[in-house]
Amino acid sequence: MIALPLLVERRQLVTPGDLLAEGDFQPGDNTYKSNGKIISQRLGLAEFKGKRVSVVALKGPYVPRVGDLVIGRIIDIVLGGWLVDINSPYTANLSVSDVTGKPFSPEMVSLSRILAIGDIVVAKVAAFDRTRDPAITIRERGLGRVEGGVIIDLTPTKVPRLIGRKGSMINMIKQLTKCEIIAGQNGKVLIKGRNLKMVELAIHSVRMIEEQAHTSGLTDRIRRFIEEEKEKASRMI
Amino acid sequence: MGERKLIDENGLRVDGRRPDELRPIKMEVGLLANADGSAYIEQGKSKIIVAVYGPKEVHPKHLGLTGRAIIRCRYHMAPFSTPERKSPAPSRREIELSKIIREAFEPVIFSEYYPRSMIDIFIEVLQSDGGTRCAGITAASLALADAGIPLRDLVAACAVGKVDGQLVVDLNDVEDKEGEADMPVAYIPALNQISLLQMDGQLTEEEFAKALEMAKEACMKIYQLQKQTLKQKYVEAKEAVEKGEEA
Repeated sequence: MIALPLLVERRQLVTPGDLLAEGDFQPGDNTYKSNGKIISQRLGLAEFKGKRVSVVALKGPYVPRVGDLVIGRIIDIVLGGWLVDINSPYTANLSVSDVTGKPFSPEMVSLSRILAIGDIVVAKVAAFDRTRDPAITIRERGLGRVEGGVIIDLTPTKVPRLIGRKGSMINMIKQLTKCEIIAGQNGKVLIKGRNLKMVELAIHSVRMIEEQAHTSGLTDRIRRFIEEEKEKASRMI
Repeated sequence: MGERKLIDENGLRVDGRRPDELRPIKMEVGLLANADGSAYIEQGKSKIIVAVYGPKEVHPKHLGLTGRAIIRCRYHMAPFSTPERKSPAPSRREIELSKIIREAFEPVIFSEYYPRSMIDIFIEVLQSDGGTRCAGITAASLALADAGIPLRDLVAACAVGKVDGQLVVDLNDVEDKEGEADMPVAYIPALNQISLLQMDGQLTEEEFAKALEMAKEACMKIYQLQKQTLKQKYVEAKEAVEKGEEA
């Protein structure tokens, strides 16, 4: 059998329109097939697994998926719920029943007493399809209104890089900085910590991931960065 | 027409270019922090900035489509972009160009991925010296890719025209106004399709065929530059990291 041409290397930088493979291959994420050719849709890094060729995008909008953890801001109060900006083309609905288990009567309680406009929530996408706006819930452990901390933006497509393989990257940062970090799939990252210097280090680490997501050996580089900075800080005291 | 020589005895054009030579092109990507994607292009003396927003929620809501995203485009010339002040109100020409530029992008954007949303493209001509619709399309492709919007391919555009009886590529303002024909072409290399083709003036059938080939060739040169520009920032970041690693 003739080897079919795969035209890119693993982790090679590709742009929209770049030819990735020809022949007996399947289009994966961010690619499409036209006349037997697999072509990239986005600026990103080429990846392949068996016959499946895909591109890991470097930048892109967030499209909700059921089960995603997201961080959103309440932007409006409507009958029976809230509208939440989740940094996506679609505004999410948060209904009262997804907030409290208690029976609720709109005459008795004002919704803004539970969640006011401007409040930040950590939520989970409960339902979403192409025809309707996503529904989110905060009735689960670890979800709910955010009481404090810093929120920073990360390109949504780079969130998996922040989390790392089986959480290796994010756990390492958490461990070294002793900060609580919640990475929303929608590109919002919440960082909470008691020590200001440590919060600063965690923020800096996320920024480094943003800038260097397409390079290899990133986890080690960030570990070294945090350790060095910690040592510098301890010497100053 | 014909009073000034547009091609001299050495076969060079008013700005000293050969007939098949593009103007010097400079491109930059991601220069606007507030837009989702942005690009800047200088093609000769033409200077254009493009911003892309979206996909985002459609307002008013009834304009949204259930099956795909709507695409809106505004081509606009700044009042200071021409020798005489141009009224900032959209002219007949700008409205037409906005429409045809939008249509040049409809076939490449995977708009079906984002139903009930919209994508906005703003093309702002800062300085005009001919060929702004083509340069605008070239830069808008970059801005769309920079916004991370899935595309079938980048669109590259370039004009071909006829001056002093000769076919020339990438016309400047003088050649456009005093020449015999001007034909802007937008080309999608990966699909081998043309998504914009207009013509002013007259060409014979043979000239037209030749001009189209020249336009494709010019577009391919621009296309390579586009790809380079998109990758540049990331290549630089990678090199900086690798340098740091060695140190």
